[in-house]
Amino acid sequence: MKSSSQESINKIKIFALNIRKKILDMSLIAGADSSHFGGALSIVEIVSVLFSDIMRINKENPLWEDRDRFILSKGHACLAYYAALSEIGYISNDELKTFEKNESNLLGHPVINRNLGIEFSNGSLGMGLSLGIGVCLGLKKKNMKNQVYVVLGDGECNEGSIWEGAMSASNFNLENLTVLVDHNKFQQTGSNDEIMKLDNLREKWISFGWETIEIDGHDIEKLKYFLAKDKEKKPRAIIANTIKGKGFSFSENNNSWHHAVMTKKFYDQAKEELEKNFKL
Amino acid sequence: MDINDKSIKMFSTIGPRATLGLSALEIAKNDKDLVVLTCDVSTSAGLDRFRKTFPDKYFDLGIAEQNMIGVATGLASENYKVLTTTFAPFQTMRCCEQIKVNLGYMKQKICMVGIASGLVLGTLGYTHCCIEDVGILRSIPGITIISPSDSLETYKSLEKALKHPGPTYIRLTGKSNNPIVNKTDYNFEIGKSITIKNGKDVTLFASGSMVFQSLQAALILEQNKISTKVVNMHTIKPLDKEIIENSLESELLATVEEHNVMGGLGSAVSEFLTTKQKKPKQIFIGVKDIYDKGGEYEYLLNKHDLTGESIAKKVMLEMQ
Repeated sequence: MKSSSQESINKIKIFALNIRKKILDMSLIAGADSSHFGGALSIVEIVSVLFSDIMRINKENPLWEDRDRFILSKGHACLAYYAALSEIGYISNDELKTFEKNESNLLGHPVINRNLGIEFSNGSLGMGLSLGIGVCLGLKKKNMKNQVYVVLGDGECNEGSIWEGAMSASNFNLENLTVLVDHNKFQQTGSNDEIMKLDNLREKWISFGWETIEIDGHDIEKLKYFLAKDKEKKPRAIIANTIKGKGFSFSENNNSWHHAVMTKKFYDQAKEELEKNFKL
Repeated sequence: MDINDKSIKMFSTIGPRATLGLSALEIAKNDKDLVVLTCDVSTSAGLDRFRKTFPDKYFDLGIAEQNMIGVATGLASENYKVLTTTFAPFQTMRCCEQIKVNLGYMKQKICMVGIASGLVLGTLGYTHCCIEDVGILRSIPGITIISPSDSLETYKSLEKALKHPGPTYIRLTGKSNNPIVNKTDYNFEIGKSITIKNGKDVTLFASGSMVFQSLQAALILEQNKISTKVVNMHTIKPLDKEIIENSLESELLATVEEHNVMGGLGSAVSEFLTTKQKKPKQIFIGVKDIYDKGGEYEYLLNKHDLTGESIAKKVMLEMQ
């Protein structure tokens, strides 16, 4: 694996740090309504590598035709998505403060708003992969080179529609499609093993005809390498082994932070940990 | 496509499904953005020629309706004109939540066509009949629902739906050699009903295959000195409220549909009627809210009082 320049890795690390800060701020704003904290934190490195490094984006124009497309199929992790869109300048810091407020553009699950960079409405699990497949087919038909990235949850892979999509993406040889499965081993009310065994996710995606890679989903260098790597003539699945609630001692692998209320006490503790643990 | 006596007769002979395939083929010749998605039903939907002629505009998703609607949405979001089709129960119910989120909530412009809706597949049982589609889709905001009265109207509906700014559902009823309702070319507008026959005593609001049956009923009623108006309510949503308003002088209103009596055209008309202070009585003619034993199409139409004769009888009973 050819190592990326330290400079580019540091840039992504800072992006990820800022996303975690914004997730904390938004979850505090959500107050008693609580927010999907744990599953947002597990995808921070994934969205950071994509939005700050891998994806072709025009920061001046979210509607740019040549943009790569990002679909957050596990829509409840939108805290990380909104934070990333804010980091690249599509969502203002003021707008972030409207999270889950009346008439907000930023609800607890993404609502399509291409001007803000939100490609689709998501939240009902199992639907985002099919959207991505449709976009890929449309782009290929126009001979456009854009890439499409879909982030799935591991619990979301309980949905049958995911496997309908998985079957069809390889059937159509969609080399412009990459799926990242946020494999944090938890879903709403327990671990994958307790609720619905996923067994070997990697083998499942391979058997559906995908180029499949399994990596540490918080390893920025590896994510960057495998996302940038030349593709085979088939869709690519990255099984990203992650930690739910990643970044804070109180939330890591603690499923009570799946959807929880951020108190000022935890907020202050989290801010302190962020500063203390951050290293370039 | 030229609309003349010959093409109208041909549409009628081949029936609604083959008309769908032929219409898509004609439209695709002049529309580079049209794509057609199916779930392993190209033959049933009359799309074999389309598939061979335009392989790059045709996507078969296999037997996977939820994925079809998602893929259709992705394509629509890239500015393609997307037509999806499969048998009506699978087109509307298997993927119902995808329809809600993608076509309703996200307002993505897709034209769905439910083939063989109603009772036409009665010998195959109620897995393949569809008496619920209108009721279900009517409750999702923003979806236009069209139920063409004959094959010519199927062609016209498809043409208009693909130009319509929002998502649409076209519900195909009847079978090959289906009766001709519209004998000459005419102006078809989504949301604008067509009064085929005027009359002052009774108004029959009908959709799909039941427009022809209502015209048959009107002949019998006229013989019995009951002046009958027949309205082709080809668009069930948005409902043409103006024609209902203009029919309030009738002594009796009847809604006639090859659909459950709950949730469909009858319910839509009644929802509007009930807001009026003075209104005539409404009777609901349709499938009687039951999954009954199956059988041949004509047999089931008889069983559910969906023939001209039965409709006339029901009306006369009310008018006595």
